Amino acid sequence: MSARADFPLLAADESLHYLDSAATAQKPRVVLDAMTGYYETANANPHRGAYRISERSTAIYHDSRARIAAFFGIDDSARLVLTRGTTESINLVAGAWGRANVGAGDEIVITGMEHHANFIPWQQLAIERGARLRICELTADGRLDLDCLRGLLTARTRVVAFNHVSNALGTINPAREIASLVRERCDALIVCDGAQGAPHLAVDVDALGVDFYAFSGHKMCGPMGLGGLIGRRSLLEAMPPYQFGGDMIDLVDDELSTWNVLPHKFEAGTPNVAGAVGLSAACDYLEGIGMAEVRRHELALTSEAHARLSEIPGLTIFGPGPDERSGVISFTLADVHPHDLATILDGRGVCIRAGHHCAQPLMRRLGVVATARASFYIYNDAADLEALIAGIAESKELFGSRQPAYGR
Amino acid sequence: MSDVDALYQDIILDHNRRPRNHHPMEGEARQAAGRNPLCGDEVTVWLRLDGDRIAEASFVGRGCAISRAAASLMTTAVEGKTREEAEALFDRFHDVVTGKVPQTEARTLGTPIAVFSGVARFPIRVKCASLPWHAMRAALRAEVAPVTTDR
Repeated sequence: MSARADFPLLAADESLHYLDSAATAQKPRVVLDAMTGYYETANANPHRGAYRISERSTAIYHDSRARIAAFFGIDDSARLVLTRGTTESINLVAGAWGRANVGAGDEIVITGMEHHANFIPWQQLAIERGARLRICELTADGRLDLDCLRGLLTARTRVVAFNHVSNALGTINPAREIASLVRERCDALIVCDGAQGAPHLAVDVDALGVDFYAFSGHKMCGPMGLGGLIGRRSLLEAMPPYQFGGDMIDLVDDELSTWNVLPHKFEAGTPNVAGAVGLSAACDYLEGIGMAEVRRHELALTSEAHARLSEIPGLTIFGPGPDERSGVISFTLADVHPHDLATILDGRGVCIRAGHHCAQPLMRRLGVVATARASFYIYNDAADLEALIAGIAESKELFGSRQPAYGR
Repeated sequence: MSDVDALYQDIILDHNRRPRNHHPMEGEARQAAGRNPLCGDEVTVWLRLDGDRIAEASFVGRGCAISRAAASLMTTAVEGKTREEAEALFDRFHDVVTGKVPQTEARTLGTPIAVFSGVARFPIRVKCASLPWHAMRAALRAEVAPVTTDR
């Protein structure tokens, strides 16, 4: 697969080795063109204007939503609320469903490998409602400990929230198995953070058996600022609005207001139509390649990277083997701080992430302050891996025990 | 010299490997802790004052090579200095790492400061270098709360 040529930013600079797609993916030309095309031919505020380009904008927004929903196996596109991204989606569920349904003495179960975006909203909801936050621990190889999870699920459990794929470890969690585990034991809301799942795996939300699935468009080749929340219709209908403003109302009286139908009830304000157009084009692009092929490509590259990095003395990889991880490899290097490694690699045109990856609770569990993270996507190839390995070797040389020429 | 070579000069690499004054201080000493929320780096700086003069400085912490070397070199720079001189060094260091002092001029400011002139080309690393200096200044001013580089 030679997807690199489809991405203007990568095609413009052969020496750039972009290994930070878990943070955000690069954008293919088709996505950029689709967004420019919208602004050049149909830009108008949808749902409002009684003129042709506004009607056109409305139709484009509607069609984009349907296209994105279909990517997740959803026919009823009103079940897809378009948001700014995963963070807003999860805050929407915790804010709207959580405040209405979680009370004192209830329990919320999350995991020790969550991104802050799927950790803090639940932690704060628990504090606000007098509920108890319970955390499913990990196995030594960075998978969810399902025995621990079983032990946490009781009649008091109101919410179970977990990520489909860990952003910091790459672990692919058995979402379907977790969902059935929860259903067998309690009547809890199941929320899946799909930020790292949607870009890499074929996702059929209803087949996973979760109640809500949140995702970000920018990690799946779409633009920044547009993501979504897919929910069960009955749950969305019963939930109160999350933000108030234009577009989300039915009638506004001086004393009372009533709400628009799904999905508009949750989309206050002028929507990000160009973003939806871009993500819709990204869905076309990814399905053009085929999600099975995306996974095959990443698995091959990640397996090779896992094997090669494992051979480097002093290098520790966190998380499970390649079969159970997406294209993410998180590691530390003895004597080299992740930030120094990232700077040395940057000098070679290699972009990796260094830090806590917005997962401080996980870092504590791993016993580290930070890790270096390389993440692979459809446009990466063996040359990117070679550049990574060469940069690691240079860092070891520079920061290792070798005495510098200057002495004291 | 490439930007990366200019950043990781031999003196910095050496102080990273063998930090000076790298121990907690017992007895009558002021201390302040600093933390960089972006990367989780932490440093605690101790100062023993003799009247108006810093008789001794030390640090303990965990962080990248830049922050570790900056802490080590900072302790060597402020020892023997008056409060006023140490405050002035802080300002000069800050100006150097934020690129407010031209490279040629930075070289005249003494090794513990001059070797960090390469940091200015790496905006994200400015906080790494300045963290121990912020902690030093906090200890000097006897601020009680932990400092962060976000202030």
